[in-house]
Amino acid sequence: MPITLNVNNTEVELDIDPSTPLLYALHNDLELNGPKFGCGVAQCGACTVLADGRPVRSCVMPISGVMGRKIVTLEGLGSRETPHPLQTAFIKEQSMQCGFCANGMVMTAAALLEKNKNPTEEQIRTALSDNLCRCGAHNRIVRAVSAAARSDQTGESS
Amino acid sequence: MTSRRQFLQGAGSVVLYFNLAPMGAMAQQVGAAALPGSLAANPALDTWLRVAADGSVTLSPGKCELGQGIQTALAQIAAEELDVPFERVNVDNVDTDFSPDEAYTNGSRSVEVSGAAVRAAAAEVRAILVDLAADELAIDSGRIGVRNGVFTVDKRDSPLGYGDVISDRSLARQATGTARPKSIDDYRLVGTSAQRVDIPRKVFAEEAYIQDIRLKDMLHARLVRTGDREAKLLPPTDFDSVSQLPGVVKIIRDGSFLAVVAEREEQAVKAARELAKLCNWETSGLSLRQDALPEWLKSAPANVKVIAERGSIGAAKTVRTDSAVYSRQFQAHASMSPSMAIAQKTDEQLTVWSHTQGVYPLRGAIAKLVGLDEDSIRLINAEASGCYGQNGADDASADAALIAMHLPGRPIRLQWSRADEFLGEPYGSAMATKINASLDAKGRIVDWEYDVWSGTHSIRPSGGQRAGHLFAARQIAEPLPAPPVGNIPQPRGGGDRNAVPLYTFANQHITKHLLPDTPIRVSALRGLGAYMNVFTIESFMDEVAISLGEDPIEFRVRHLDDERAIGVLRKLREQMAAADFHTKRPSTGVGIAMAQYKNAGAYCAIAMRVGVDAERGQIKLEHALCAVDVGLVINPDGVINQIEGGVIQASSWTVKEQLRLGANGVLSKDWASYPILTFPEVPRIDVALLDQSQEPSLGSGEASQGPTAAAIANAVANATGVRLRDLPLKFS
Repeated sequence: MPITLNVNNTEVELDIDPSTPLLYALHNDLELNGPKFGCGVAQCGACTVLADGRPVRSCVMPISGVMGRKIVTLEGLGSRETPHPLQTAFIKEQSMQCGFCANGMVMTAAALLEKNKNPTEEQIRTALSDNLCRCGAHNRIVRAVSAAARSDQTGESS
Repeated sequence: MTSRRQFLQGAGSVVLYFNLAPMGAMAQQVGAAALPGSLAANPALDTWLRVAADGSVTLSPGKCELGQGIQTALAQIAAEELDVPFERVNVDNVDTDFSPDEAYTNGSRSVEVSGAAVRAAAAEVRAILVDLAADELAIDSGRIGVRNGVFTVDKRDSPLGYGDVISDRSLARQATGTARPKSIDDYRLVGTSAQRVDIPRKVFAEEAYIQDIRLKDMLHARLVRTGDREAKLLPPTDFDSVSQLPGVVKIIRDGSFLAVVAEREEQAVKAARELAKLCNWETSGLSLRQDALPEWLKSAPANVKVIAERGSIGAAKTVRTDSAVYSRQFQAHASMSPSMAIAQKTDEQLTVWSHTQGVYPLRGAIAKLVGLDEDSIRLINAEASGCYGQNGADDASADAALIAMHLPGRPIRLQWSRADEFLGEPYGSAMATKINASLDAKGRIVDWEYDVWSGTHSIRPSGGQRAGHLFAARQIAEPLPAPPVGNIPQPRGGGDRNAVPLYTFANQHITKHLLPDTPIRVSALRGLGAYMNVFTIESFMDEVAISLGEDPIEFRVRHLDDERAIGVLRKLREQMAAADFHTKRPSTGVGIAMAQYKNAGAYCAIAMRVGVDAERGQIKLEHALCAVDVGLVINPDGVINQIEGGVIQASSWTVKEQLRLGANGVLSKDWASYPILTFPEVPRIDVALLDQSQEPSLGSGEASQGPTAAAIANAVANATGVRLRDLPLKFS
């Protein structure tokens, strides 16, 4: 029986095994590039998406577990035309080298900023402590999250 | 030891040590005869640059984007010389169908060799286009300039732009190297922090990575393998039950190479998991004990070579001799994206999409592995996560090619699992070092004996001759012979990279012990031996300085005659004063270290402040200061990003990382068994770039690895008085 998911504010029907990890449904069936396969065991955060605003590791979450929840991927967060403040800030701060972790960083930070409009640097580091980056862009990422929080408060794009 | 000395005394003062001029210096000499950098081997101009009728420029370098920002730096150089807006330059990915052959993207040399080529090629393209405009306008070319891709006549804009004069054949000619590149005084783009060209597409989740390539009718493959490429798959091998699983298209077995191909990715994952349960492997076993690695390194069979010699050890009058031994565990690249590749075999061609560092060398190796002509294979590079040396990229590409050969027709996407990557990647070698140094009455080191033991840092499968280095090459039914491991000679060196000190010791004797056979597969990890050798030398220098009651910076300066090395140390001193690094705080220490990468590349001095909780064995990295000299800076923020990243990655290696070994092999198979530095553990980092724009550009990607390690160890010693000499640093 097909499963209906709400992804980036669109209802999609998938006729696949309900135990399929959400990541494969998003990446392969819906052709979304945001969530990345990094470990498959919920350790690195590259596959993070939001489910009802909460960060979820899509590599271990079966699609049956997110039925009825609103899934948002990096694509759904913003675009070149209407960027999310975090996306703007990641460009401005040049917050990556390879950027493979960036999806998880942005999505996890987006969830943080929903809860905490004005996080301290320490709170940002704690929120991102389960997201791994191998290139060493950490400090730039923290700067971008701070900048995005500020711009969100002032309503300016950073 | 005695016999060597006797031999040397008998031979007189044999001087084997010589200092080559930086490669960049040669690369920047532009003349009619000598084409700079990679242009010499790839002189066809339109291989590098194409100009469209709309005036846009496509730059096609042979260096791969690895997240280091090379496409951006090269685009800046091209736009600078061509006088076009930066945004008008598009950069192609590397492809054996059309790209120049620049071999590997490694060794922090892309800005040197590719940058020099792009600069010369772009200058020449500009000159050709100016001549075409002169013909068109029927005026002397000396009156023509270029502004934003539009020709000027007597400095006024003309109606003509690049796109108006270009034709298909305009650039179909060989470079002559006669066009003079711009003077650095005229630079408007080089030296600015242009934003990276690849970041917007990554931030907006557009197609940016090899992972994002979705070909029509693409199948999904997974491997079943252990980390031991000599392991044999034992009978019985009845895999029928797995063949029946939903979506399974084919189980591919070639000797001990085993893979499963399915319609959907999760089906391949599941089938591989079931397949693994049915497999019995005869492994070659692992006789290494983690805690006995240093002793093993020093006792294993080795090729021993004196790599540098100056003066005569023991000839000078000395008042004391200091000795120390150091070691490093095996460490992993641990790239964020497990390796993958897509391969498709059609009647005409085998096409492989790969995140390799070198499409041409890999093509040769794959040709040998699968028994095809190189001409019938196309390698297309696409970016994955950072690799930091030879990770699983080439192996996965070969795996995908093998699978495609067994299942021609549809494209097949092979994705390694996280465990495949951790167990299958060639690691950074374990190493050991030893120093004996003697001081004269003035506290000057006059005798310096140095030994370094290491496995290879070079098993790249470059071309057919070295195809046997590929993981699968030893697994297939008719395995390829394992080629001898690589031995990169001085002055670059492999395990002995930076083993020759930059210091001016009167007498020195440097010996490398290369272990040709290690039970664990090892190859290039960022910095190669430089990480360990700089850690050793700079830890030792620090220890001697402190024992003499001397300032660590002044002690180093006293042993240097390289002005640029002294320059970064002086700059570091200023930074330390400004950041109040000299105020002593409880349980906190400051350490410094300096090196010139490869003794020919970038100079980097680092001061690290750490807090130490010795009882709990914790080292908290607080703040790093870096003074860096990379010659002419193409993109300051790009350099700073590379240095910051190098500091953080090397910090992670230094305080956390070691491959866990057990009786049955490598135990590190995920991020829990191979933890790396996390956000709360990352230090604040400030980088200062020295203004050396008159000097050739030098790569920055590996400059900070060694100094970081030593600066941390020196800071720990400063905080606690305890000298840690084994990497990763741990309180026993």
